[in-house]
Amino acid sequence: MSGNNPAHLMRTLSRIWAWLFLLALVIFFSLTGEGFFSLFNLQAIGANVAILLIMALGQTFVIISAGIDLSTGFVMGLASVAGAMAMTALPPGTPLPLIALTGLAVGLGVGLIPGLVNGLIIAKLKVPAFIVTLGMFGIARGAGFLLSGGMPLPVSIQGLGRIGNGYLFYYYPSQGLSFLNPPAGVTGVELRQVTGILPHPLTFAVILVLAAHWLLKHSRFGLHTYAIGGNQEAAIRAGIPVDRRTVALYMLSAGTAALAGVLYNMRFTNGAANSGEALLLDSIAAVVIGGASLFGGEGTIIGTVIGALIIAVIQNGLVILGINPFWQFVAVGVVIILAVLVDQAKEQVAS
Amino acid sequence: MDEQRREHPALQVVGLTKRFGGLTAVDNVDMEVYPGEVVGLIGDNGAGKSTLIKMISGVYRPDGGKIFLEGQETTFVSPLEARRLGVETIYQDLALCENLDATANIFLGREPMRRSLGLLKAVDRKHMLAESRSVLDRLDIHIPDLSRPIREMSGGQRQAVAIARAVYWNARLMIMDEPTAALGVPEQRKVLHLVHTLREQNVPVIIISHNLQDVFAVADRVVVMRRGKKVAERPIQETTMDELVSLMVGGSLLEE
Repeated sequence: MSGNNPAHLMRTLSRIWAWLFLLALVIFFSLTGEGFFSLFNLQAIGANVAILLIMALGQTFVIISAGIDLSTGFVMGLASVAGAMAMTALPPGTPLPLIALTGLAVGLGVGLIPGLVNGLIIAKLKVPAFIVTLGMFGIARGAGFLLSGGMPLPVSIQGLGRIGNGYLFYYYPSQGLSFLNPPAGVTGVELRQVTGILPHPLTFAVILVLAAHWLLKHSRFGLHTYAIGGNQEAAIRAGIPVDRRTVALYMLSAGTAALAGVLYNMRFTNGAANSGEALLLDSIAAVVIGGASLFGGEGTIIGTVIGALIIAVIQNGLVILGINPFWQFVAVGVVIILAVLVDQAKEQVAS
Repeated sequence: MDEQRREHPALQVVGLTKRFGGLTAVDNVDMEVYPGEVVGLIGDNGAGKSTLIKMISGVYRPDGGKIFLEGQETTFVSPLEARRLGVETIYQDLALCENLDATANIFLGREPMRRSLGLLKAVDRKHMLAESRSVLDRLDIHIPDLSRPIREMSGGQRQAVAIARAVYWNARLMIMDEPTAALGVPEQRKVLHLVHTLREQNVPVIIISHNLQDVFAVADRVVVMRRGKKVAERPIQETTMDELVSLMVGGSLLEE
């Protein structure tokens, strides 16, 4: 039993190091950065991480299945362009919920197509995922820019920005909590004393995180995702429809990227082909920092959430400390390498 | 034996052929297995035994020939199809997912589901765990922690999981590819005992083994393959180890 202890310790450590690291970051920035540990700033981190996190959810499934999806950044861009075009094409006077749902349906529908193509080529023609999705990276990028004419498409629709920037509850000392809108009658300077609680992007992300967690942990699809990543040949021989699952995996990844694109529409009231460009590598980083193995078979949604939060806290904290933003890239890069080192150390102790 | 012969074969393959590029791995093989019969499938490395059984278990699609299961012609287009029809296989490489636990591996591809949150269907892990325990108990196999990933288990325990998976599903035909290769002597006995039990339950078994002693211990009949072809078939009482070895390597021993 004593021979097992270092391995056991290492396993425990590798499972919780990301939590500890996140905690250490929060404590560090709280002590050094003025205004970091405030309800407003912590909620801002949550709202800002939502798009990245949603994109990383689908990527988590793909990476657990021993695949990779390099196209998500530009699929998100393509979906945001399609969503923006659909919403601005509606006649004036269309009710806001209908506009938002149209943007959602069109963005999601357009975004799922590259996922379907990725999945079919990977599953049926046995082309490595890295190559297929790298090709789709270029195709979605080109398609997004061609559709939008190379420029971001503004979506100037009254009230749309409130979906992406509003809060679920508002608190005003004299009137208590109000739902979805600031309390009636509070105007002008008084509005600055209203506290928003639960920004919509955060709520949206939390719902998707819970759904993704359930899917991965409790559904047959989730179990099969682990099986395919662990030993694809064994999965086939056990009778798992691996081709069908693979198509579904890449559609899921494209689907979460498209949802991220539609959320971008609402939050920044425009659609841009390059809106997700910087998020691709950050989302893969979030998955890897969260303990998923690029060799497949390992990873959790909770891990990805922690990974995304680590990236977001580093970015936010460095801004608050007034450090040159280019250091953010360096810091996130260091954490990615650290994450893989922890994983390797675990493997070495285990064997 | 004679009585069994008059029955329909549980499995009959006719002219089964598989080519990989220019190589004919299995060449026009005929074979029958009767209910309650244990057939030893032997041959040198590369004789085509594993390829033959992978066609029967739906992993490879034959390039020629037919497979009849209890008289019905079947075209196994997938392992799932074969498993649905009651063909269970213990593969030489075990075909386990090392990142999953024993329970998940036993039920892989056929997970029992339960209703969750009203509409959604969740994998019923509780049921899986209880059933895994009971099948392992039945096989007299002890794995202390079924929730540990397979990669943390010993070779014998992994083999046990692969066997439990095949046994659980009440096979109509059991195929075992080198089931004792990774095992110590006590576990080998358990596997051979399992073969006897299956025969008592009238489940036909095809067993591939390098260990001719094992084959003599359990088989009723032996099929010998060499370079993709079936070269001989003998009731076990009418043959000897020396004869089988010379059939496997091509008769040169006898000639010398």
